[in-house]
This record gives sequence, structure tokens and C-alpha cells, in this order.
Amino acid sequence: MNTFLWVIFPYICLAVFVVGHVWRYRYDKFGWTTRSSQLYESKLLRIGSPLFHFGMLGVVGGHILGLILPQDWTDAVGLSHEAYHIIALAGGIPAGIAAVVGLVILIYRRRTVGPVFSATTINDKVMYAVLGVVIVLGMWNTIAGSLFTIGGEYNYRDGVSVWFRQIFAFQPDESLMAAAPFGFQLHGFLAFLLFAMWPFTRLVHVFSAPIGYFTRPYIVYRSRDRRPGAATGSRAQKRGWERVQ
Amino acid sequence: MKVMAQMAMVMNLDKCIGCHTCSVTCKQAWTNRSGMEYVWFNNVETRPGLGYPRGYEDQDKWQGGWTRKANGRLTLRAGGRLNKLLNIFSNPKMPSMSDYYEPWTYDYETLLNAPSQKHFPVARPHSLLSGKPINVEWSANWDDDLGGSHEHAAKDLMLKGIEDKVKLAFDDTFMFYLPRICEHCLNPSCAASCPSGAIYKREEDGIVLVDQDKCRGWRMCVTGCPYKKVYFNHKTGKAEKCTFCYPRIEVGIPTVCAETCVGRLRYIGLMLYDADKVLEAASVEDDHDLYESQRSVFLDPNDPHVQREAEKAGIPGDWITAAQKSPVHALINTYKVALPLHPEYRTMPMVWYIPPLSPVVDVIKDTGHDAEDADNLFGAIDALRIPVEYLANLFTAGDTVPVDRVLRKLAAMRSYMRDINLGRDPDPEIPARVGMGEEEMYNMFRLLAIAKYEDRYVIPTAHGEEAHALEELATDCPVTGYDDELLDVSGPFGEGSGRGSMTPVAIENFKMLERRQTSDTMQDGEHLKGRVNLLNWDGKGMPPGMFPDEDGER
Repeated sequence: MNTFLWVIFPYICLAVFVVGHVWRYRYDKFGWTTRSSQLYESKLLRIGSPLFHFGMLGVVGGHILGLILPQDWTDAVGLSHEAYHIIALAGGIPAGIAAVVGLVILIYRRRTVGPVFSATTINDKVMYAVLGVVIVLGMWNTIAGSLFTIGGEYNYRDGVSVWFRQIFAFQPDESLMAAAPFGFQLHGFLAFLLFAMWPFTRLVHVFSAPIGYFTRPYIVYRSRDRRPGAATGSRAQKRGWERVQ
Repeated sequence: MKVMAQMAMVMNLDKCIGCHTCSVTCKQAWTNRSGMEYVWFNNVETRPGLGYPRGYEDQDKWQGGWTRKANGRLTLRAGGRLNKLLNIFSNPKMPSMSDYYEPWTYDYETLLNAPSQKHFPVARPHSLLSGKPINVEWSANWDDDLGGSHEHAAKDLMLKGIEDKVKLAFDDTFMFYLPRICEHCLNPSCAASCPSGAIYKREEDGIVLVDQDKCRGWRMCVTGCPYKKVYFNHKTGKAEKCTFCYPRIEVGIPTVCAETCVGRLRYIGLMLYDADKVLEAASVEDDHDLYESQRSVFLDPNDPHVQREAEKAGIPGDWITAAQKSPVHALINTYKVALPLHPEYRTMPMVWYIPPLSPVVDVIKDTGHDAEDADNLFGAIDALRIPVEYLANLFTAGDTVPVDRVLRKLAAMRSYMRDINLGRDPDPEIPARVGMGEEEMYNMFRLLAIAKYEDRYVIPTAHGEEAHALEELATDCPVTGYDDELLDVSGPFGEGSGRGSMTPVAIENFKMLERRQTSDTMQDGEHLKGRVNLLNWDGKGMPPGMFPDEDGER
């Protein structure tokens, strides 16, 4: 059972995540959108959406620090375990609270504002449920596990994090997860489930973060036909902005 | 010099009777889909009035277009790149549904199913968004023909500075219609606002389009466009805008709005311009100079040097000929009677307007004087500052000089032509007073008054060797690539999702239209039976669902 939960299942989910995104992008570029509901309602969205999204950016950053960065590295720069913990909690708790409060506002909005609720698909509802549970479990693990140490202290950087990195080295040690507290197990399991759902939900818009906006020229010119030729205007073509074929 | 060709339009406002035929035909052709109910690529506004969406010209509020910084460079009024990305999760300056209007339909079913009763049953309006009954309070031209103008028109931003004078006068004499489509700007701020780079300007004809496959629904273009002519399709989550009917233009036929215009007031043609000078021209310091600076960007297609450069830039010979014959070029640069709409937004708009002389003529007529006498008309243009200042606020950033000049030309033409029509000797003095020759004035009259179809629309076709790829020709097998999936309007990931390749615009519209108009629910429905749109019925047979079944079931 542990082998399935902590070895087979994660790999299935990651495979679905990667292949699913490739498939979705090729099959459904038109459906690849944020599906914003701002047109229906913007007052609640103005508060909830930035809270949630910026909170989530913080949460993702925290996970990168906690899961990807090995404990040896922070030890090597002389960062004690306690100091790391304080930093992690100081950053993680505000970000987490922002995300949860934002999510609550957004879900309240989605349920109570008529047009927004009408525009919510079953796909959305299932995704929100899983996403919400994953976030709440993550908060529970942080607050209950790390802050108040309910159910004993657990250093995830010795357990979950090591296992997570091992996945990408193709040598996951299932016993590390089996030994983790139930809250962490459930959080990890549902997170992988969310990864598997990801390509088939509106979450794909995460991968559309428009970073290219910083470097591209303001006005985009495109040709109807595919003449190979010079750039528009007498300016040289910029890297990454060659004519769209 | 980088010569580019731009498909442009001029509208002669004196001829607009405000019939909304352009809006209706455009809507039938392009935005007759769920998610686009509130969208009018073409709309006709009564001025003075608030326009659509309500009060869109208030850029202190909506932050559309460009603004010139102290160092002389242009920046997006709603904020630059970093600002855009920081606000990407919730656009603070986006109009809401209430600034447009909540689309609705009527509960026709009540009319059919109501039992015999004392009072006649009423079809109540229901929201197309939530399906619930609503109280209709606003729509795309709620203030049509100055309806409710005591309440609304006073808020018209273009009346700034002349409010007190106008309040007394405009109810009696001063009203005209302003049809609007996307301006297909030379310096489009919607494209500049798009984080995904999905909005692009076509190199060949300058038409500004949204790539539906690249749009990610960030909504910044809606804010960026000062004319509020980019709309958000709330079903697909993508931006859509006027396409200048590019599938029609490519095969040489005019846009739907122009084709169906009852007053024949629209002119379509090419303008050649120097792409290298656009930014500089849009950055001049004084707003009043923007009209002239935009005109300076346009090139003379009869100049051999320009022709050579155009050829070098890959513009085909027949396009250069079309640019020479372009009625738009004649109205903008030869006769100089067309003016841009709101040049102060610095987007270099390419749908221009001939301001209406009719408010002036009407005043003279009402006072019992001869409204076709040149002296009376010139005197009235000088005396009637209200219409002139108002028009200047619309078309020249408040500079009355060009508006004055255009109105004088129109007045002179009116007066000069009357002598000819009445068989009198024409007075060469009249054209001379506005700096025109007799022949020039007569040619301008022909273009404005009796230009035939092929004179009003000089549209070079896209080239034959590319025909296979053109939308309207459809040389492909008509069923290739769009199978039954197309009938399934709501794809697995939301409306229209899940297609291997985009379907041609015309086909997609037709299928979606049919589906929506025969759907059973107020909102985009799941069931097909029940509702009938009689506009779609050709009168033959009985459309399913028009009457209840024989056993009373529906």
C-alpha cells in the first residue's frame, strides 16, 4: 500500500501533469484561459483575488524553500534549525493566511453572486474542493504541527522533503512518507491528486504568466501570409520576437 | 521610411439618420452568440449623450489610451508593464457589466402557457446572465434621440466648458448621431496593454485583431482601449473586438456595417503611411497638434518616391493603385474634411469623421433665414460656438480651428451647388473663400453626395495566390476539420474549448447561433427544444417548439 501511495501514485500524477499539459495545449489552445469573472462582479474580486494569488505565490515560494532546498545547505551557511523555522513560519503564516482569506472571499463570491455562480462548471467545483482542502491541510500542518506542535514535533525537512526530492531522482523511499504524520500524508496525497487534475482545469492559466510582456515591443505586428522577410519597421528583430510563422 | 498600408474608414455624419441598421447587421453577423450579448462592435450614439459603455470618454476614470510623460515619451495611461502585471489578478479600471448593461430576454413562454385569465399575460424581462427576472434600466442606446437627456446628457464629458450655454440650446437644435466601430489605430493601446501579446496589427492591411488562441483573458486590453471597443466574452473568457470584417475585406467587399448603411455615409479605402513616424507623431506635446501630426504620417500614393518605397516594402502594385483611388485618402488629405475621433488619446485612430453641418443649418432654418446662403452659413458658423466647440471636443482635442475650416467647406459646397442645381451661374467666389477651386469643390460634392458603391468602397483584394487561406472563400472542403464536435458548443473546458484547430469564423457563428436560438433556457442552455427565434425562421413549415405539442406537453 505504501508503495502505491508514495511511489506509484505520485509518478502517475506527475506523468498525467506533464503529458496532460502538452495534450491540452495542442488540443485546446482556445480553452486555455483564466475564464475571469470580473465582468460580473469586481468589488469582492478586487480584495479576494490579489489576496489569494499573491498569498499563493508566497506559499509556492515557501514550498520551494522547504521542499527543494536540502537541510544540509542551510546548515552549511550556518542557519540553525530554529532560525530556519522562525523564518519559515514568519514567511509562511502570513502568506498562508492571505491565501486562505482570499480563497474564502472568492468562494463566498462565487456562491452568492448570481452570474458568477451560473458560470461555475462542475469541473470548477471539484477543483476548488481539492484545492481548498490541500490549502487548509497545509495551514493545519504549519499551525498545528509546527507552531503549537500538536501531536509531537515533526521535522518535514528530514522526511517529506527528502522523499519529494527523491521522486525527481527516481529513487523515492516510501518509508519516509509512511513515517510522516497523517496531516502531512494527506496533504501530500491530495497535492499530487491536484497535480493530476491540473491540466484539465482552469488552473492551466498558471503557466500563462505573461513574463514575455516585459521584453516584447508594445505593438505586435503579424503577417496574414507567411512571407519570410524582414521585421516590421526598420528596426532589427529582437530575440524571441521573430515573426510568428 | 517604412511604408505600410492601412484599411481605413470615413463616416459622413451629416448623412447619419440614426437607424442603427449598421449595429443590427453587425450584431447578427458577429456577436450573436452567448457571452457576447452585450457586445456591439458597431454602435450608434446620440450626441450629446453618454455613449456606450456609459461615459467611456472619461479617461480620468477609465484610464484608456496613451499619455505623454514630461520627458516626451508615451506611456499607457493605466500604467506600464510592471503596473499591469501587479494588477493582473484584478483589473482596477475595468468597466463592469452595469457600465454596459445586463443582457436580457423575455419570458415568452408565459405568453404561450398562461391559462385563460382576466388580465393579459406579460412577458417579463429575465437576465441572460443569471436567468432571474430583472428590472431593465440601461442598454446600449438608452439615451437614443436625447431620450432622458435632462438626466443623462448633462454628464456628457464633451460638454465640458460649454455646459451652461448648451443646456439652454441643445434640446431645440443640437443633436447628431455618431456611429462607432473599432478605430484600428496606428498606435493601438489595446495591443500595447495585452500581457500575452495576443492582439496584433496585421502587416498587410493594418487591421487590429485578437488571436483567440493566444488570449489568456487578462482583460487589460479592455482598459487600454480608450474607445472601449475591446469586449470580454464572458463565456469563453477571451477578448473580442471589431475585425473590420476582415474575411469580407480580403475578398474586396466592404464591412457589413458599410454594406448595409442606409445613408451610404461610410467610405472605405487604403491609406499609406510611414510606420517609422507613427510614434513621433503620437508624441507631439500639444494635443491640438495631434490632428495635423497624424495627417503628416500619411503618404501621398501619387508620389513616385512613395511608390518606390511601397514596392520595396512588399506592397503589391494593385494596392498602390487602390491607395491612389482611395476615397478615404481624398477626404482626409485632399479635401481635408475628415477628422479623427479623439486624437488626444494618442492612439492614432483610423476611422475618421466628417463633422455634421446640420446643427448649424437647422439653427438658420429655424430663424427663417436662407440656410443655403454662404454668408448666412459662414456667419452662423462664427456665431454658433456651441456646436463648433462640442465638435472640436470630439474630433480635434478642443481646437476649433480645423472644425471651423471643415464646416466652412461644407457650407460653401452647399451654397455653391445650389446655384448649379437651380441652373444659375455658379459663383467661383464661394469655393475661393474656403481656399478651393471650382472643380475641386465639384469633385468633393460628387464624392460626398453621389458617390456610387465602387467609389465609396475601393478595397483591393488579398492576393490570389493566398486565396486558399482566406476565410470567406473557403476553398477547403467545407467539412474538413470541423466535425460534430462543433455542434457541442460547451466543450470539456468551457465554451468553445477542445478543438484541434480553430473553426472558420463564419461557420462557428452559424452553428452557435442556431444552437443558442433554439435553446430552452434563458441562459446558454443545455436543452434544445422550446424556444424559437422568429428572425431565423424563413416562413416555411413550423419550427419545432413554436407551439406546444398536441398533448399539451412541450
